Amino acid sequence: MLSTLLSQIVNGLVLGSLIGLIALGYTMVYGIIQLINFAHGEVFMVGAYGALAMFTYLLPTFIQQQWYFALPLLLIAGAVVSVGVAVAMERFAYRPLRNAPKLAPLITSLGVSIALQEVIRVFYPGATAAIPFPNIFIPGTWTISVGDGVVPIKYSGILLVVVALVLAYALNMFVERSRMGRAMRATSQDRDVARLMGINPDRVIVLTFALGALLAGIGGVLYGGFYTNINIDIGFQNGIFAFTAAVLGGIGNIRGAVVGGLAIGLIKSLAGQYMPGGSAYDYVWIFVVLIVVLVFRPQGFFGETERVRA
Amino acid sequence: MTFLEVRDLTVAYGAIQAVRGVTFTVEQGQIVSLIGSNGAGKTTTLRTISGLLRPVSGEVLLNGKPIHQLPAHEILGLGVAHSPEGRRLFARMTVEENLRLGAYTRTDEAGIREDIDRVYDLFPVLGERRRNKAGLFSGGEQQMLAIGRALMSRPKLLMLDEPSMGLSPIMTQKIFSTVRELQSEGTTVLLVEQNALAALALSDHAYVIDLGRTTLSGTGHELLADHRVQEAYLGEGVAS
Repeated sequence: MLSTLLSQIVNGLVLGSLIGLIALGYTMVYGIIQLINFAHGEVFMVGAYGALAMFTYLLPTFIQQQWYFALPLLLIAGAVVSVGVAVAMERFAYRPLRNAPKLAPLITSLGVSIALQEVIRVFYPGATAAIPFPNIFIPGTWTISVGDGVVPIKYSGILLVVVALVLAYALNMFVERSRMGRAMRATSQDRDVARLMGINPDRVIVLTFALGALLAGIGGVLYGGFYTNINIDIGFQNGIFAFTAAVLGGIGNIRGAVVGGLAIGLIKSLAGQYMPGGSAYDYVWIFVVLIVVLVFRPQGFFGETERVRA
Repeated sequence: MTFLEVRDLTVAYGAIQAVRGVTFTVEQGQIVSLIGSNGAGKTTTLRTISGLLRPVSGEVLLNGKPIHQLPAHEILGLGVAHSPEGRRLFARMTVEENLRLGAYTRTDEAGIREDIDRVYDLFPVLGERRRNKAGLFSGGEQQMLAIGRALMSRPKLLMLDEPSMGLSPIMTQKIFSTVRELQSEGTTVLLVEQNALAALALSDHAYVIDLGRTTLSGTGHELLADHRVQEAYLGEGVAS
């Protein structure tokens, strides 16, 4: 069935773009301070809730109903909330542990992750169950007929893919071309020498958290728009996928995060369709592929085999 | 006023005291060397001056003001550049990117461009390979780039840690003649070297550091003539 295959590829690309967007935050933070920030999934989740709260409690009805007003406001709110949470988390949870053994911030990130979930569960009205997300953006579906059926493509899915790819490209340009991006790469390669260049590593690190959170917050809003409801587990679920994507692509590598995300999205949707066990086992195939790739290429698709030191 | 004054410096890595009583001064426009055997505390001293390490006690004064509690990135802003031991280039970045990082705190694009070209004049091989990754270069080329990078902040004080390490005699000579050239342009240089002979010949003033303490000092020529220095650091051939 060609239409089924194409539909699953579309689903995979949409989910994969989302995972890639979140994976960028994991990979950048790892690149700078070698921390797997397990709370990053929750940064994504909090962005979705923050945007929803702004929409529900602050926007007057006539703006809620105009997607071309409501959508930009949702994206801004999601980004602001995620960035705020990530910056606070870096400042108060991770910075005091800067010179502690690596395990301390890692465990802290698990704690922050649980704390953020519980804060939303306790304080957000109705968050003990899934909450509908406003389906205001471009609510239609584009249907393509192929030989044996139709391939539905939601406009909100197209939006998600386009925004994710544009943001990933912009991030890559920022890191490769700008002065701050150069400072980020320098800090990641050799923090002491970066300090000798006059770079304040604390500023670079907080910027890295903020950039990752910006992408995650936007991702949270786009996720809500596409899947039409959100719950407090979306951060954990998608966070694990995104972390896996970052490792698969080569942790610390921007291109790797995007490619890893798309690969995981496609594996999940295609394996759920075609492999034995169906969608109940789609997670299994993701980790099977991860294990197989890491056996033959431990550094991931784009990771470097070793760090060349001058 | 004394340009740089290091007073009774003590620095420890955990329980191990690497420096325990280093005292010296550097006057504006001088080349000053710290010589001594491996592990004597020379590198630790430089790392403390540039703010990478905090002293347990003692002071570092720049133009009379204490700087030993400032973070490294602020000390660079006061005109102190440090080219660290082992060159420590950003290996995965190009020559030009390394130089631009040296000028990170500056925003005068025209001036930065001018200084990059100046480094290429000083070391033409860097200009020819400006788009190549620094990690692929030979030791001598890397050393040129490390010095070039340190110059990009237009420092008043340039600290070079073991600039001759691993270099051929010809390359060493080239690096040292560059240091002299920089001095004639007004840069003050603090040099740490194991190649004591070359360093002393170049220096206005030098200090011997032994087991974390400054033990001897004098002009470069005085120390070259000192029998204790000859025996300990210059070897038989030179002493005779």
